[in-house]
Amino acid sequence: MADTLIRLRDDAASTAPVLTLAEIAGVSNAAAVRLVPGDDARALLPLIDQLELVEIAFPAYTDGRGYSAARILREYGYRGELRAVGDVLVDQISHYARCGFDAYQPDQPLTRAAVDKAIATWPEVYQRTVDGRVPIWALRHG
Amino acid sequence: MYLYDTYDQAMVDARVAEFSDQVARRLAGTLSEEQFRPLRLKNGLYLQLHAYMLRVAIPYGTLNARQMEMLGQIADRYDRGYGHFTTRQNIQYNWIRLDDAPAILADLASVGMHAIQTSGNCIRNTTADHFAGAAADEVADPRPYAELLRQWSTFHPEFDYLPRKFKVAIIGSETDRAAMKLHDIGIQVVKNAAGETGLRVHVGGGMGRTPMIGPVIRDWLPPLQMISYLEAALRVYNRYGRRDNKYKARIKILVHELGAAAYAREVEAEFAHILTLGLEPPQAEFDRIKAQFADPAFDAAAPHDIDLSDPDFALWVDQNVHPHKAPGYGIVTISLKPVGGIPGDASADQIRLMARLARAYSFDELRVTHAQNIVLPHVRRADLYTIWQALDGAALASANLDLISDIIACPGLDYCSLANARSIPLAQKISQRFGDIQRQRDLGELKLKISGCINACGHHHAGHIGVLGVDRKGLENYQLLFGGSEGADTSLGAIIGPGFSEDGVVDAIEAATNVYLAHRSGDERFLDTYRRIGSAPFKQAIYG
Amino acid sequence: MTGQRFTILSGNDLVTGDVTWWTGSGWSRHVNDAVAVGADAGAIATREQDALRVVGAYEVNATRDSAGIRPVHIKERMRALGPTVRLDLSLRPDDPAAIGWIA
Repeated sequence: MADTLIRLRDDAASTAPVLTLAEIAGVSNAAAVRLVPGDDARALLPLIDQLELVEIAFPAYTDGRGYSAARILREYGYRGELRAVGDVLVDQISHYARCGFDAYQPDQPLTRAAVDKAIATWPEVYQRTVDGRVPIWALRHG
Repeated sequence: MYLYDTYDQAMVDARVAEFSDQVARRLAGTLSEEQFRPLRLKNGLYLQLHAYMLRVAIPYGTLNARQMEMLGQIADRYDRGYGHFTTRQNIQYNWIRLDDAPAILADLASVGMHAIQTSGNCIRNTTADHFAGAAADEVADPRPYAELLRQWSTFHPEFDYLPRKFKVAIIGSETDRAAMKLHDIGIQVVKNAAGETGLRVHVGGGMGRTPMIGPVIRDWLPPLQMISYLEAALRVYNRYGRRDNKYKARIKILVHELGAAAYAREVEAEFAHILTLGLEPPQAEFDRIKAQFADPAFDAAAPHDIDLSDPDFALWVDQNVHPHKAPGYGIVTISLKPVGGIPGDASADQIRLMARLARAYSFDELRVTHAQNIVLPHVRRADLYTIWQALDGAALASANLDLISDIIACPGLDYCSLANARSIPLAQKISQRFGDIQRQRDLGELKLKISGCINACGHHHAGHIGVLGVDRKGLENYQLLFGGSEGADTSLGAIIGPGFSEDGVVDAIEAATNVYLAHRSGDERFLDTYRRIGSAPFKQAIYG
Repeated sequence: MTGQRFTILSGNDLVTGDVTWWTGSGWSRHVNDAVAVGADAGAIATREQDALRVVGAYEVNATRDSAGIRPVHIKERMRALGPTVRLDLSLRPDDPAAIGWIA
């Protein structure tokens, strides 16, 4: 396991203990949590104002449930760090970013330059998501 | 038809650049095959039975002459002079070099084409009625919706690693020419009594090893909520679709296990949330796209009556030309099913000829059908004879549309590494057995579909007669199904009994057609007779 | 006549995609050039893949008869020949008997 952590945020990383979804139920001031595939991201909605870090685990990059989890959290207003952890590959980074991730902790080595390049892959985008980018259909119509 | 603007062009150009980089990394050894495989598949590049195979998307089956010519040029320049049109309205090239793939994608991009998402567990090429915008029975043109779907699904960041592949089909008439109910999502554009347009959404259809007819999940959807609704439908699938078993991972299993009503409730809840996010392209964007699908300038004085004194020509007009919505026009289907030929294959020269005919006689438009034929959608009836003569000179004038020799066949074991048995030689033998065109016409509409394995690329479940190739102790063996349909009366075929050798299945099919001829009433099709009298007489005739 | 079974090594050329067979010193498009491999098959496959000479190498069961090496499974015979419906594109373009070798 590499210890690479690439954060695209300016604030300091959370130092709070990272709890599982089951563990946060009994902790009133939980600030960091890790979701695994199959966890319901909406279970975190009551906590989104107090959470500083949500890690979303990708045991295999082919399991895309984490994309939906991330996007749901952002859609409901989560502003803290959203970190993709595990089998996180450069070729998926642009999708991660579009779904709201702003930090990456991959098993394989990954450089900040590669992340920046990956995010810049698409000059424009077709869909409105949670990354603030203006979709092509909006650009076409001012 | 739709033409790329600078935004669309920039997307495919960016893809070419990205894939060129990925291929270079692979050839340099910095990407392993394990790492490269999913990346090349997202660009439709397979390592097939004999070589690399490239699957090129033809979105909703529509292309212009310049694009068609490029398909021919690619066949000549990078392949072995031919291409294979598939049941997914795509074209496949069977003999591609890896180091040529970036140049091919660049050539495709130069005419506004691509191979994006033609494989992988993502949203695949959207398919549609191949007579869209031309058919006399059309309620509403599905193509503007299909183009909206193309753009929305292209590089969709949330749905690129779904549990399994995902196929959307859309139609706009009661006659289903796109096997709509046998797709992960099938959409029918409909009108209500007040004349308002809406969408009826089926979810959870499919073929493969667990064939299912997609139930209606939303009976009426305002058209400008289509993207939002599909976001919801896909999100529910992405989150809850099974990932523990590849064979239970399609959305049909989720819908089946939850129940259609429960799945619909989940989608509605997500949909209500998504509607608050402003994800839907506006009316102005729909109008911009729709304007590009406006009718061409039909000649209002085009005559309907034409000289049909040449009997071969008259036969072809009767069989292969459909009614057009514009008086004096017809829809021409060019059969890629000559007797003894390879269903769906076309040489580079044939591809170029069809392109020229489209430019000269069909307002620069062609369609690819899921039945592996090519359509010239807008042809003046007065030009039909000239077109027929040109086609006849290129072995493209088979007058067998929807007849027993108009066979859908997957590539089978001749080309496909998933196949258990060959499909094409069987199709060739069947078309030869029933080679006489008058005999075929006497049998009437008879849709025969052959798959070389259970994945059902040859739509065998939906054939009036279906054939499934299996491996029986190392030997090719063929199971026979009857009673399937992919039309408005969609049904799934049932296996009639024990399997056959290649020659045995041809004999069995002939025996079945004889049962039909003996029992048919009035103008019943084979399918109608089978449905009426059941399987017993067929079993009796085949197995004794 | 069906001889004793042995194992040969196949894969595809990384660049061209051609079906290839391990000859003991390199790769050939002709299955008759293949040599039997033993416990070293996995090591050969790994080495050759790492050297970018082949992709997806794997072991194939075969027998030997009067016509030469015969892969046991029809799929491998198909790979060794090419499409039976386009013999002109196969490795035996002028030999109609090639089709009989498949089934």
